[in-house]
Amino acid sequence: MGMTMTQKILADHAGLPMVTAGQLINAKVDFVLGNDITGPVAIQEFKRSGFTEVFDPQKIALVMDHFAPNKDIKAAEQCQMCRGFAGEMQLQHFYDVGEMGIEHALLPEKGLVASGELIIGADSHTCTYGALGAFSTGVGSTDMAAAMATGQIWFKVPPAIQFVLTGKPQPYVSGKDVILHIIGMLGVDGALYQSMEFTGSGLGHLTMDDRLAMANMAIEAGAKNGIFEVDDVTREYMKGRVQREYKVYKADADAEYSRVIPIDLSAIEPTVAFPHLPDNVRTPKDFGDIPIDQVVIGSCTNGRLSDIKTAADILKGRKVAKNVRTIVIPATQAIYKEAMKLGYLETLIDAGCAISTPTCGPCLGGHMGILAPGERCVATTNRNFVGRMGHTQSEVYLASPAIAAASAVTGKLTAPSQLKEVSK
Amino acid sequence: MIVRGKVFKYGDNVDTDVIIPARYLNTSDPKVLASHCMEDIDPSFASGVKEGDIMVARNNFGCGSSREHAPIAIKASGIACVIAASFARIFYRNAINIGLAILECPAAAENIEAGDQIAIDFDSGVIQNLTKNQEYQAQPFPPFIKSIIEQNGLLNAIQDGGYKNE
Repeated sequence: MGMTMTQKILADHAGLPMVTAGQLINAKVDFVLGNDITGPVAIQEFKRSGFTEVFDPQKIALVMDHFAPNKDIKAAEQCQMCRGFAGEMQLQHFYDVGEMGIEHALLPEKGLVASGELIIGADSHTCTYGALGAFSTGVGSTDMAAAMATGQIWFKVPPAIQFVLTGKPQPYVSGKDVILHIIGMLGVDGALYQSMEFTGSGLGHLTMDDRLAMANMAIEAGAKNGIFEVDDVTREYMKGRVQREYKVYKADADAEYSRVIPIDLSAIEPTVAFPHLPDNVRTPKDFGDIPIDQVVIGSCTNGRLSDIKTAADILKGRKVAKNVRTIVIPATQAIYKEAMKLGYLETLIDAGCAISTPTCGPCLGGHMGILAPGERCVATTNRNFVGRMGHTQSEVYLASPAIAAASAVTGKLTAPSQLKEVSK
Repeated sequence: MIVRGKVFKYGDNVDTDVIIPARYLNTSDPKVLASHCMEDIDPSFASGVKEGDIMVARNNFGCGSSREHAPIAIKASGIACVIAASFARIFYRNAINIGLAILECPAAAENIEAGDQIAIDFDSGVIQNLTKNQEYQAQPFPPFIKSIIEQNGLLNAIQDGGYKNE
């Protein structure tokens, strides 16, 4: 019996010729990630357990992105602890305000993660790097501490669901719509403990930004990881970023899958997750009348250059509706600079948007756009749980950048196709 | 080991944002976290929970973020064990790693109600509902995970010369 893509990566990192679903293994990690929320807990555990050295100062990143720039004194203290630890351990990849970006946009951009590698991060959206054909998954702070000390981690080898993608997405249908559609189909625990493996001829119609957004939200279906077959799009993305040899794994032809699900990309409509779960999805015909108070375009799901471009294209020559606070957060400094150079930020500011330095901020109800009771937000983020972006009586609608931008214009949940033409 | 306590019961998909809202993640002090545990879905939990009480929920308990603050908050609130029909995988790992007892048991999740008095025998995995006079069998941990718990968490196990793998 053959192995899935994930199983092959796990087997190699465990030094085993073969693994099967359910097997408990010890695997070597290629990279370990933490942030200003999970890092401090990991650092405390690391020290309390008496460790004095990390396994490799080149292979650990601490990214100050969640409550940074520091939102209050306690947040400042958490960053301070991370900064101190990074100095003490001489970590090569400590990213602070001025060079930091949202971790899951930053690591691929800097070439710190690559195809075939095994990455763990004390952040649930670490599954993002599966877009590059890596095995990457979120863990807690204690796992992070253990991996920082030993360079290893235990795993239960997951079974996998295979998604065979065909067709070409319609205009204004992005990776975000595809993954929301899939989560709606599976449910928020539909892939619990499993890998979601993406393959098929439709892959060629998905950009790297589409794939990163899709792998990012595998966790919202309960999955251990999402992983994409490597193709020319992946190789092109890694060229010039990844400065080391990387390995490309392909699932065996006789790999066993718990389910095989065909997805016709051309049949997917713009898709929004209504409150309060990512699987509560609706398409434009069922949007109804949802007046909104805020729009957030950003996050580790959709704060990349193509996301900012999509918003700028829609908002060019238009204005955001009165009383809709529209906050755009480019995910990294490089994306920010490029969006500025290409004129996207000027277009967005002219339309009435506020532009923020990179931060996770509002996505998890931290800062930079918290909601009051009864307020509604259309956000390109990844979770819409009760109280996620603020008060427990506020609501978050998860959407693509195109829908978020169109909604900013009308002041209610709107698909781009429902917008009137701009008068020339 | 046997624990007895009163049940706090919740539904499907209890996420880490309601277990401990992110607005409190600017601290990792267990006592502070415990004082806000569950407040967005059950404001009376933190004041009503007593040492040794039990939390019971349905499917996909602990879904969402990887914040270890969630099991830390539950443990520090005094909860002796969380029983659910299923757990989200990161929460499952985190609970084991910090030494919060958890049991997967769909029958218990289905039948136990808020306020029931229950007793759990961790060695056998038998859950007794003293209020309803019922008994449910939870799935025992694999030996590997048991060895991490017996060595009082992952980091202690590593410092003690490594955890056992099969």
